[in-house]
Amino acid sequence: MEIPGPNSLAVRTEKVCRHYQMGEALVRAVDGISIDIRAGEFVALLGASGSGKSSLLNLVAGLDRPTSGAVIVQGNNLAVLSRAELAKHRLHTVGMVFQSFNLIPSMTLLENVELPMRFAEVDRRERSALARQSLDRVGLSGRLAHRPMELSGGEQQRASLARALINRPKLLLADEPTGNLDSRTGTEIMELIRSFNQSLGMTVLMVTHEQVLAEKYAGRMLHLADGRLVDDAGNVSSVPASAPQGGTE
Amino acid sequence: MKFYDVTDLAVRNLRESVFRNSLTTIGISVGVASLVAMLSLGIGLQQLASRRLQKSGLFDTVVVTSRRDLRSFREQREQREDGPPPAESPALDERALQKIEQLPGVVEAYPDIRFVTEVRFDDKPHLTMVAGIPFSAKNNDAFEGMQGSFFSSEASAEVILQKSFAEELLGKTPKPGADNTNIAELAKPLLGKELMVRYGARIAPPSSTGPSDGAAYSVVSRQQTLKIVGVTDLDPESMRGAARARVFLPLKLVQNLHVMEPGLRDSPASGAPTYTSLSVRVGNPNQVPAVEDDIKKMGFSAFSIVDATRSMRQFFAVLDVFLGIFGSLALAVASIGIVNTLVMAILERRREIGIMKAVGASDADVRGLFFAEAGAMGLVGGAVGVALGWAIGRLINFGTNIYLERQHFPPAQIWSVPLWLVLSAIAFSIVVSLLSGLYPAARAARLDPVQALRYE
Repeated sequence: MEIPGPNSLAVRTEKVCRHYQMGEALVRAVDGISIDIRAGEFVALLGASGSGKSSLLNLVAGLDRPTSGAVIVQGNNLAVLSRAELAKHRLHTVGMVFQSFNLIPSMTLLENVELPMRFAEVDRRERSALARQSLDRVGLSGRLAHRPMELSGGEQQRASLARALINRPKLLLADEPTGNLDSRTGTEIMELIRSFNQSLGMTVLMVTHEQVLAEKYAGRMLHLADGRLVDDAGNVSSVPASAPQGGTE
Repeated sequence: MKFYDVTDLAVRNLRESVFRNSLTTIGISVGVASLVAMLSLGIGLQQLASRRLQKSGLFDTVVVTSRRDLRSFREQREQREDGPPPAESPALDERALQKIEQLPGVVEAYPDIRFVTEVRFDDKPHLTMVAGIPFSAKNNDAFEGMQGSFFSSEASAEVILQKSFAEELLGKTPKPGADNTNIAELAKPLLGKELMVRYGARIAPPSSTGPSDGAAYSVVSRQQTLKIVGVTDLDPESMRGAARARVFLPLKLVQNLHVMEPGLRDSPASGAPTYTSLSVRVGNPNQVPAVEDDIKKMGFSAFSIVDATRSMRQFFAVLDVFLGIFGSLALAVASIGIVNTLVMAILERRREIGIMKAVGASDADVRGLFFAEAGAMGLVGGAVGVALGWAIGRLINFGTNIYLERQHFPPAQIWSVPLWLVLSAIAFSIVVSLLSGLYPAARAARLDPVQALRYE
């Protein structure tokens, strides 16, 4: 199997499945999805809740492992990586933002943004400077010493974006980033994400259920239903939504 | 994660739920304190015992007897195996004493002179065992806490009485079971008074008459007036059993009296007196076996109770183990507290662990964090516990000394916290805490980040 170079393909999944047992029933959260995402693309994953879009995002993030198939990010097949290697992948290759911000409540914004650099063993002085810089970029330079609870939702999401960017990942994964925000704040956040995509050349994979938002910002939309990829017409399909498959069947 | 970051995050987490973590840490402290208090008492008692025994002179003394005086069948058999027969063994006389004194490690050698005789006080006769003691015994523990003073010189006409004899002289009969006669009150009417010892003196025959086989001398009844200088409540000769004396005279004085002793004969060769037994003092208890061997090679019987120290050490080792086990029980209970606290922390911080994993923390980072928290609680708990145990030990020591004082005993240090105990107690506390952290840390590390993030 040919592994695409990092410059051309950022993410490739090959018939990736994530099934789990829930009591008697087998849940097919992700059921044979094959997609290719080129470096620098802004892709939106759309679908109803339970369609498997978050599960797919988690697989790409290296938070979860596929039951079968391959998830290739920046040339590494995550399905075969060890737990420690997956942690490295999460640390250096991807940055994540969540619907619920996921900032640590006992830490100030500066400390929250610094946290990934602690795991990356960045020198103390250096990481403080980088965290300030990152928070400055999202317009929070005046809120360094505040704790998440003291901030608005929009500010928290901006801080979480600053944290996602701190280790300079190639890939930004966003799970309903505007889900907990009003539309005006949501737009602000989307503008920021777009600016990262355009000015930093980051590949963005965003899970959302808002068609309008996806249409406005994403370059490509992938629709999921019942763990499978569907085309715009709603037909379930197992062929890649874009770019012909590199491997052979 | 770097060491600084692990400790920084651990301390931060511990401070987040400061009340619960403090309670857990106090639990560890109590465990360590009980361990330290128990062991400090064990060590203190051991030190007290060995100090007493070393000062008593029992453990650096070798008792030498001539093989001519067969005392038991066992000894007889022993002689047949590894020494000359009794008749051929050398005489235990002044020359032998000087030779023994020159052996390496020997500090001094002196004859044991003791005899049963009549002692008159207030014109009333009392029959008792009288012994000569060397001037060097001044530093013995047995004469510590003595009323009055030790002999003023090596051969002064002075006497020290054992408490029970002092009671006898005053006509006081101690009530059975009650051993609380005040020694100071007992000594007051006796100190400075005079006491008369009657004894049979050997007079060497004129050189012209009789064969020199040691049997020819005449015995003359004599008496010596002595001044009572001291009364001791301890029994300096407790090891001697039935042969122990209750009246002590300076050894030089006794030697000059030429008392007729039952076992005393003249050496056939020199005509000089031979001794029943010698006491040999060795500089260091460790040298006792070597000196004993040397003396045996010279053809004498030698005996020491150095083995008793070995069994004493063994006893205290066992005691320390027992005390340690009891002390550790509290620490074991405390360690369950650590497990509980950390498992609770995992449940509480589930989401936080998920976040850390999502932003790149490895299993090892999470494990290290929980380990550091357990270790920090162990360190603080250990340090506080040592201080607490030190204080408890001191308190027990203080209380014991009040009791001792009430019972008219000299104060004693029954408690000791050596540096090694401090350091090993803290180290032990950290090790126990880390062991307790093993399970929670492993559990936290294996936490599935997706599920942890879903947890509200």
